[in-house]
Amino acid sequence: MTTVAEVVDQAYRDDTGRAVATLIRVTRDFDLAEEAWQEACEQALRTWPHRGVPRDPTAWLFTAARNRAIDRLRRERVGREKTAAALQIAELEAMGDDMHEIPDDRLRLLFTCCHPSLALDARVALTLRTVAGLTTREIARAFLVPEPTLGQRLTRAKRKIRDAGIPYAVPSREALPDRLDGVRAVVYLVFNEGYEATEGELIRTDLCAEAVRLARLLDHLIPDEPESRGLLALLLLQHARRAARTDTDGDLVTLEDQDRSRWDHELIDEGLALVDASSAEGPYQLQAAIAACHDRAPRPEDTDWPGIASLYDELEHIRPSPVVALNRAVAVAMADGPDAGLRLLDPLANDLDRYHHFHAARADLLRRAGRGTEAADAYDRALALVGNDAERRYLERRRAALIT
Amino acid sequence: MKYLLMIYSDEHAFEAMSEDERHEVYAAYDELMKDLAAKGHMLGGDELAPTSTATTVQVRGGERMVTDGPFAETKEQLGGYFLIDVDDLDAAIDIAARIPSVHSGSIEVRPIAE
Repeated sequence: MTTVAEVVDQAYRDDTGRAVATLIRVTRDFDLAEEAWQEACEQALRTWPHRGVPRDPTAWLFTAARNRAIDRLRRERVGREKTAAALQIAELEAMGDDMHEIPDDRLRLLFTCCHPSLALDARVALTLRTVAGLTTREIARAFLVPEPTLGQRLTRAKRKIRDAGIPYAVPSREALPDRLDGVRAVVYLVFNEGYEATEGELIRTDLCAEAVRLARLLDHLIPDEPESRGLLALLLLQHARRAARTDTDGDLVTLEDQDRSRWDHELIDEGLALVDASSAEGPYQLQAAIAACHDRAPRPEDTDWPGIASLYDELEHIRPSPVVALNRAVAVAMADGPDAGLRLLDPLANDLDRYHHFHAARADLLRRAGRGTEAADAYDRALALVGNDAERRYLERRRAALIT
Repeated sequence: MKYLLMIYSDEHAFEAMSEDERHEVYAAYDELMKDLAAKGHMLGGDELAPTSTATTVQVRGGERMVTDGPFAETKEQLGGYFLIDVDDLDAAIDIAARIPSVHSGSIEVRPIAE
């Protein structure tokens, strides 16, 4: 049997973004909107146990939040603010008990939270707080920053939205492609922070799951946008491997050694269907196609490495970067042997000297090429740069295996 | 909301332009300013004389210090400004993106404090 707390919890997870988005549209006040919604959920936790859970919990919560917002506007707005507040109150009252049925305002909210005039870390924090409904504490923990620091980051971002006149709107047609790319970048960053944490523990599945939810939301709010769909496919196909990426000690398991029966095949099927239904042209679509090549292979030796190498080649054409070149070199090595890969790696040494993945990849190719001493040096270089504990242990194991 | 669009560009590059090229830039500015004025967005705007004409003034402990040149030596210099009145930051950014110097320099968009 589901308890009242579980019902409220579920509603909080599902409805925060939509409720807060609408309250912000009317009141233009992030804090007021968040607090009104929070209070509505608390009110539900207090009253539902003895009055019973309403037939439509979402409608009840939206109405309660709307009423809390009206109360606050009446109580807190003084002097000159009273005129604007009166109009806002009228708009909220006009919604009656149907606030939960009015059109989705989350798209405006996403574009506001991901506005390029906010610092990137503020965009990430604000999106997780307001659109995804994570608490300040949860976000602070996920990004390993003290809670007050994160709180300040949010406060400053909200102040800038107000003082710089960042609109609460879907951007103009000319600005839309760039801005949409900006929203996707924030979602991807959330995923990557969870997928490959820069410090400490390797995977923070919660952040990955939030990123998948956000990618799904974006794809739902602006359907048939090829790159948004590509991003969703990419995240699904990577997130599907989460259970197999670490062993019982929390250590990294590479793609080659993963127990593929532990992959989430439901997510893989969903991701593959998205990849198969569209072409691979944009960067997210190409990366999704690459992830699909891995997820399609029942065993590592079944992987279509020439296919992956050519997809990386295309990716490098549209988004040239040393990291993409590194991945292409690894794929070429798998397809044509370690020497072919090493030839492509050498010219990258300058750009990627501080990047531990470069040295780890080089070490692995040197090992495969039977050049053990050079491989050991490369592992040492990678170990000197790595920040993540699980990856460090992995590299230490590989280096040790080399010597014995 | 009111915004000040500060136009930063390399004034030496501008000085190195031919007469015709400079004429083209001014014509593009004229066209934009007329359009903004017609739409009621334009509150003011001017080109500044080069930084070689600048003087910096400070008063510290009652003592006046007057020095030659701009306050900070940078690659790009403040060469002009628009003062505009638009709905929000996105509208201000759209206008900034139409300022001719945006292609070689940078435009800083700052709201006027309410």
